[in-house]
Amino acid sequence: MGMTMTQKILAAHAGLDHVEAGQLIEADLDLVLGNDITSPVAIKEMEKMKVEGVFDREKIALVPDHFVPNKDIKSAEHCKCVREFARKNGITNYFEVGQMGIEHALLPEKGLTVAGDVVIGADSHTCTYGALGAFSTGVGSTDMAAGMATGKAWFKVPSAIRFYLVGKPSQWVSGKDVILHIIGMIGVDGALYKSMEFVGEGVANLSMDDRFTIANMAIEAGGKNGIFPVDERAIAYMKEHSDRPFTVYEADEDAIYDEEYTIDLSTLRPTVAFPHLPENTKTIDEIGQDIAIDQVVIGSCTNGRIGDMRVAAEILKGRHVAEGVRCIVIPATQQVYLEAMQEGLLKTFIEAGAVVSTPTCGPCLGGYMGVLAEGERCVSTTNRNFVGRMGHVKSEIYLASPAVAAASAVAGKIAGPCPAEKRLS
Amino acid sequence: MKKATGRVFRYGDNVDTDVIIPARYLNSSDPAELAAHCMEDIDRDFIKKVRPGDIIVADKNFGCGSSREHAPIAIKAAGVSCVIAETFARIFYRNAINIGMPIIECPEAAKGIEEGDEVEVDFDTGVITNKTKGTQFQGQAFPPFMQKIIAAGGLVNYINGK
Repeated sequence: MGMTMTQKILAAHAGLDHVEAGQLIEADLDLVLGNDITSPVAIKEMEKMKVEGVFDREKIALVPDHFVPNKDIKSAEHCKCVREFARKNGITNYFEVGQMGIEHALLPEKGLTVAGDVVIGADSHTCTYGALGAFSTGVGSTDMAAGMATGKAWFKVPSAIRFYLVGKPSQWVSGKDVILHIIGMIGVDGALYKSMEFVGEGVANLSMDDRFTIANMAIEAGGKNGIFPVDERAIAYMKEHSDRPFTVYEADEDAIYDEEYTIDLSTLRPTVAFPHLPENTKTIDEIGQDIAIDQVVIGSCTNGRIGDMRVAAEILKGRHVAEGVRCIVIPATQQVYLEAMQEGLLKTFIEAGAVVSTPTCGPCLGGYMGVLAEGERCVSTTNRNFVGRMGHVKSEIYLASPAVAAASAVAGKIAGPCPAEKRLS
Repeated sequence: MKKATGRVFRYGDNVDTDVIIPARYLNSSDPAELAAHCMEDIDRDFIKKVRPGDIIVADKNFGCGSSREHAPIAIKAAGVSCVIAETFARIFYRNAINIGMPIIECPEAAKGIEEGDEVEVDFDTGVITNKTKGTQFQGQAFPPFMQKIIAAGGLVNYINGK
């Protein structure tokens, strides 16, 4: 019986010729990741282990990004704990404020994740690196601790769902619309415990930023990982960003899939997930009534990359954020921030009446930098719209692409990005 | 392993880690402090009503969302002895096992248990007894590998013992 792409990567890292779904294995890790919320718990757990130190100081990435620059004293203490651990253990990939970015945008940009890797991270959106053809998955702090100490993790080999992508998305349709469409179709537990393998000639029509966004939200369908084949575009990205050798794995032709879907990208429309689950999706055409908004957030590990900034700026250029709306733009890394500055995008945002923040996860999880009050509504390019996620339990989050978010900021209500379609009055 | 017995707090589908422990409290990693806000955004009275040994029963995809281990830590520190659900989100499932918080998947039990019922869970056999209604359900037992981790008291002890 053939293996899926994910199964092949796991087999190779477990020293096995063959694995099958349901099998419990122990795999070697290429990278172990943690942030300022999950690492302190992991560090405390690791201290209880009878180990000398970390398994490999170059294969651990510590990225304080959730509540930095420190939002309060308790957060400052957490960051201090991570910083001191990094110093004590000589961790080479510790990213201080000034170098840091949102972890899942930062690691591929720094070349720390490449095709064929097995990566665990104590953050659920670690599945992002599947865009490069790596197996990467979110775990908790104790798994992170064990990973840092031993360089290994246990996995139950997942079965897979195959998404066969065909066609080319239209101008204002992005990776965010593709993944929201899929989550709307299969539900927030539609891929529970499973791999989501994206294949087909349509993949060539998706930018790397689109693919990062799609893989990033595999977890919102309950997936263990999301993964893309390694094509010329992925190889070009890795060569530009990394010196590390990479390994290309391909699914066997007779690999078994639990389910298969074909998605024609050319038929997709800008899509919005309504409160309070990412599966509550409607296309922009299905919305019908006006939904007035108070805030827009453009950023996050899902949509804070340079491609996202460019799309938002294209829509905001020469326009102004509607009266009564706060528009918060957060480039995901220092590099994205710098490029956005050099390309004049920051000027566009500021002239349009948006604020631009240093990289942080802040508002996505209701930490700071854009917390919602009772009854407020936000259109956000982030990944979760659960009850209370961005602030008050009676606030509402509408998940959308940067194009829809920027258009909504201008319209003061949820709006599609194309003037000819609907909106931008 | 032992048995758990307690009164049931009953929740529905997709109980996410943001309602189990809202991120505004994640500037702390102290179990007692986290427990004080456990389930706050879905059930404000939970922490006032919960007693040591009580059991949470939920439907599909319990613990979906963030990878925060603070979620099972908060539930455990609140005194909950077991979570029974139709299904669990995978990261929550791993985290619960790794910190030694007993959980058990059983769709039939999830359907046959109501808020306030008195329930007993036998971890060795996977048998769940609804003492209030006089019914029994067979929950899924852990694979041997996970039983070893749980028996060791979590992943840290398991690794130390190897």
